[in-house]
Amino acid sequence: MSTDLGMPMPPAKPAPPYPPEVRARLEVDAKEVIGRYPQARSALLPLLHLVQAEEGYVTGTGIEFCADILGLTTAEVSAVATFYTMYRRRQGGDFHVGVCTNTLCAVMGGDEIFASLKDHLGIGNKETTADGVVTLEHIECNAACDYAPVVMVNWEFFDDATPQSARELVDDLRAGKDAVPTRGARLCTFRDTSRILAGFPDERPGAVDEGGAGGTASLVGLRIAKGTHTDDAPRSTTVPGSRSATPGGANETPPAPSSHDAPARTAESDPAHPAPPAGNAPDQDGDQAP
Amino acid sequence: MTEPSLLTPVLSANWDEHQPWTLDTYRRDGGYDGLRKALAMHPDEVIQTVKDSGLRGRGGAGFPTGMKWGFIPQNDGKPHYLVVNADESEPGTCKDIPLMYANPHVLIEGVIIASYAIRSGHAFIYVRGEVVPVLRRLHAAVREAYAAGYLGKNVLGSGFDLELTVHAGAGAYICGEETALLDSLEGRRGQPRLRPPFPAVAGLYASPTCVNNVESIASVPPILNKGVEWFRSMGSEKSPGFTLYSLSGHVTRPGQYEAPLGVTLRQLLDLAGGVRAGHRIKFWTPGGSSTPMFTDEHLDVPLDYEGVGAAGSMLGTKALQIFDETVCVVRAVLRWTEFYEHESCGKCTPCREGTYWLTQLLTRLEHGEGTEEDLETLLDVADNILGKSFCALGDGAASPIQSSLKYFRDEYLAHFEHGGCPFDTAASTAWATTAPASTGAGAHS
Repeated sequence: MSTDLGMPMPPAKPAPPYPPEVRARLEVDAKEVIGRYPQARSALLPLLHLVQAEEGYVTGTGIEFCADILGLTTAEVSAVATFYTMYRRRQGGDFHVGVCTNTLCAVMGGDEIFASLKDHLGIGNKETTADGVVTLEHIECNAACDYAPVVMVNWEFFDDATPQSARELVDDLRAGKDAVPTRGARLCTFRDTSRILAGFPDERPGAVDEGGAGGTASLVGLRIAKGTHTDDAPRSTTVPGSRSATPGGANETPPAPSSHDAPARTAESDPAHPAPPAGNAPDQDGDQAP
Repeated sequence: MTEPSLLTPVLSANWDEHQPWTLDTYRRDGGYDGLRKALAMHPDEVIQTVKDSGLRGRGGAGFPTGMKWGFIPQNDGKPHYLVVNADESEPGTCKDIPLMYANPHVLIEGVIIASYAIRSGHAFIYVRGEVVPVLRRLHAAVREAYAAGYLGKNVLGSGFDLELTVHAGAGAYICGEETALLDSLEGRRGQPRLRPPFPAVAGLYASPTCVNNVESIASVPPILNKGVEWFRSMGSEKSPGFTLYSLSGHVTRPGQYEAPLGVTLRQLLDLAGGVRAGHRIKFWTPGGSSTPMFTDEHLDVPLDYEGVGAAGSMLGTKALQIFDETVCVVRAVLRWTEFYEHESCGKCTPCREGTYWLTQLLTRLEHGEGTEEDLETLLDVADNILGKSFCALGDGAASPIQSSLKYFRDEYLAHFEHGGCPFDTAASTAWATTAPASTGAGAHS
């Protein structure tokens, strides 16, 4: 089902309430969330994550539940729900695939990855595949620039992505195969992820320890300082489809070196290098770089 | 040749150990020793120690951390709050996320020490929502810390009580602005507040509140544990200590490099294997997209608060994004501007309307449909945002535009002379072949 890009219809008023057993269960969760804060309204963001975990997006029912629990109007809750980009306003896929297209990732290939996924999946930004598995979205900087270009699935990191690795990733997701993030735990569904965001622990045994301490980029400075850095894979993954860190973590063998990521002299360090000098044309006004 | 001994891993020192995110590993490396020392001191002494260390905020502004703590009024009968700003979202910035992922306990120890110092009974870590692996580790570490008696009632028998809540955001760059963060934490739209009153007087729930960056708070336990002199033995008089520099983009070995404040990009690039093979640096940011960009003439600028400021930019978050000669500066600036437009909260007119028009102008320029007059309009709009917006988001939006026009005006001109962007985007990708790019030279010829 390809979702429509138009403005969402306003929820029917009043929205149908949760079935009593759902409501009772959510009230228990909501009380726990509210109990974390000195003032109840602070619980609104996690409660919106919680109702998103229940239905896959923030429905009119979810908004009324939050309003009721916190003593707010539905207008006040809607105003908050529509301010933040992580709250879905319509049903989406089990896997949210986000491609960073902020400047650095875009330049490093994020634009190509996003274009390739749109073409491969036959959907546009914020749309969902007909099988209801993948929702595609271009996202803003996700604080993993040293692993650019970055793809996130349900907000787990797939670092050093390529168009090919991204296409394989969505194919695996749609085929029901496991997809292992470079940093983070085995994927769970978008709804399960939303529950973690509401502040509830990931109950899967071992989930906290999956994904290691970080990939090559996180550890490179430390390893250089300690003299333990091996230079066979300076950019952790330029081999299409390979991954920079496996679930075993930092102590795993780094990916096999490829021919084009071997260390080499750079134009910066070599004045005789044939690459053109960066900067300005020489005949411009005086306040520019020489 | 830069010696590896230039680097000073402190916060990152245990990231290569077995499961460094666990309490066991952290304690084996002396974790929570700083807390024990702090609890043996008077809270005012702890504040004075951090003041003496000269630690400055690592979130971008560089405000002295101890002085910020000292602004919290004492004996005022109100609850005090410590809020850690873990909403790391500034384009290019990627230090706090790997830190919390690999070693969440150093942050938690810092939170306890800081809360003790400012006499806060409830602290919050506001972490951006889009990083579930980090959230998972923070939750687990907080549970471990409660179980070990570092959090909760009567911390380590000291009589000090502290609750710590990990709070996930929901996707909004503006919540990295401290007053917007507080509104968000109160369950509202994340929009900045008018100041004064400052958070130290009326912050969370209108109570005295200290908002500190993750790296600032994480730097406190080593200071307590190893002392002020040790900390000041690194860096400079006005910018002492160590910090995480994050190299990204067209560099051979991108990643986290922990070094004393004041190193230069030339030194860091030397350790990182230089700009990617076959290319040379064109422009870079010292501290994220909101800090005016630098060029190859700034390779020897000391990367500390004073050095970068004197060279016309800001140290910011030390997010060193490296762009080589294959990258179109207009494309880069357009994309950043689209980001600011998307993230503008809409509260104030200069930012809300200005970022919209900047995007229109830059789109036209990138597509070769602009005129030289557009460049003046661009600067005029940027000038109407800078310093006239409600918060620093607007200032950040103006920075890449003003700085890129300062250094690369001719490249903007080349777009309409060429009738479009003269660069090949394929040449800048991570998988582009290492052969020197012939594309892109059009802008320089």
